[in-house]
Amino acid sequence: MIRFENVTKQYPTGNTALDDVTFTIDRGEFVFVVGPSGSGKTTLFRLLIRDAVPTSGNILIGDWDLVTLPKNKIHKLRKNIGMVFQDLKLLRDRTIYENIMFPLEVGDMDTQEARMQVETIIERVGITEHKDKFPIQLSGGELQRAAIARALAFSPEILLADEPTGNLDNATSWEIIKLLQDINESGTTIVMATHNADIVNSLRNRTLILEKGKLTKDQHSKHKKTEHAEHKEKL
Amino acid sequence: MRAAKTTLKHIRRSPYQSAAAVFIMMLTFLSITAFAFIVFGSSAVINFFESKPQVTAFFKDTVSQQNIDSLRSQINQTGMIASTKYVSKDQALQIYKEQNKKDPLLLDLVTADILPASLEISTVKIEDLGPVSQLLQKSPYVSEVVYQKDIVSTLARWTNAIRIVGISLIVILTVVSIFIMMTVIGFKVSQKRDEIEIMRLLSATNWYIRWPFMLEGIFYGTIGTIIGWIIATGGLLYFSPYLQTFLQGIPVFPISPLFLVGLLVGELVLAVFLGILASSLAVLRYLK
Repeated sequence: MIRFENVTKQYPTGNTALDDVTFTIDRGEFVFVVGPSGSGKTTLFRLLIRDAVPTSGNILIGDWDLVTLPKNKIHKLRKNIGMVFQDLKLLRDRTIYENIMFPLEVGDMDTQEARMQVETIIERVGITEHKDKFPIQLSGGELQRAAIARALAFSPEILLADEPTGNLDNATSWEIIKLLQDINESGTTIVMATHNADIVNSLRNRTLILEKGKLTKDQHSKHKKTEHAEHKEKL
Repeated sequence: MRAAKTTLKHIRRSPYQSAAAVFIMMLTFLSITAFAFIVFGSSAVINFFESKPQVTAFFKDTVSQQNIDSLRSQINQTGMIASTKYVSKDQALQIYKEQNKKDPLLLDLVTADILPASLEISTVKIEDLGPVSQLLQKSPYVSEVVYQKDIVSTLARWTNAIRIVGISLIVILTVVSIFIMMTVIGFKVSQKRDEIEIMRLLSATNWYIRWPFMLEGIFYGTIGTIIGWIIATGGLLYFSPYLQTFLQGIPVFPISPLFLVGLLVGELVLAVFLGILASSLAVLRYLK
């Protein structure tokens, strides 16, 4: 589904954000990308949504070749990839409902159909009672759910989440993880960047470890159903 | 529809900037309309003079009709002539009688013999009057050449000066209005930089982002034009009685409503173009 082949990304400043990174992610996987700040996690996500192009190497997502993808097709690619940004990027002057509606408006979806879709997603992520509030009125966890809801607007095949638990307390972090697991169980491929060792160690999903732009370890899933069930119970 | 709603929101949220943009467009199109009236009026005045016999050549009494015809055909071949009209001694007497019919004493003293035959000549361009007049003066059949050299040349000079000043003023105002619209729209684009960035990341096409700003430019241009046109046309209609007295005998008035509507339509097309140009330039650097 996602294929990185010897991808290197060097910024004009000379900083090498990713250095010869190669991996593949299959449909339906839930993969963590782990690494310290500046290790290249955000760059990896920017490359996946074609917000940046690699200096060398190839990136394939399904049938899309991201290196040769013409600019006028980028918006089509982005409809297939939901992204939860590290800084959320919610529009402050719009309600949560309007924020989730926004990509559907941009994508020119029929208004009636878009409304139904937004209602369904809002219910799915559990923020129905907050839909008419503005971002400033919501807590960190609620905002994170709103950002996830917006990323799900087009029912994407892939969901990228850049440190969605970064600023959340432990309990709220686990609520977000549970939500992402539910989304993953419905068939969506999830790639999540995180610093949270507790989450990574507990879930034992496949983990890509980045250090100074290099993929130092691709640790495949040792997922134990019993532990997974244990966490669910914990929640 | 969504783009139009967004445009109205942009305008509503920064009314003073919007008013400034409309005001400068109004000034530009007020000048363009006023200039169009001046050009139209001066053209009508020049046409009036051009349509009148501008050079009159009086023939010597001894000149035969054959010589006159030969001279007439010679000047017609210069390519500078719009029309020529021969006035015989008898016709000259008729004209004299008509002009002095209120004074029988003057009529009694004059016969066809003492009035010269003449040729009344209109040229294609005012500038051709001089060469034609010189040509006639050189002819051995002509006793005198008369033409309103000073009036016509002064009028031509003024018309040219008005055209140069008017065009310069319009060019300057057009450039200024483009820059002001670019500044106003550019400021709004800059305020919405984050939103534009989010739109792009959420799969918006460049046209989705660009449209509301383009409509905003078109809005300023259109409203400014309509106000400018109304003020200029209203002013013209208000001053019409005074101008009619001043331009007595010259058929400038009434101005055709078709001309006024045509002018408005032309200006609206220009305004839409300017609006699109200014907003495109303002948005361009944020969509690279």
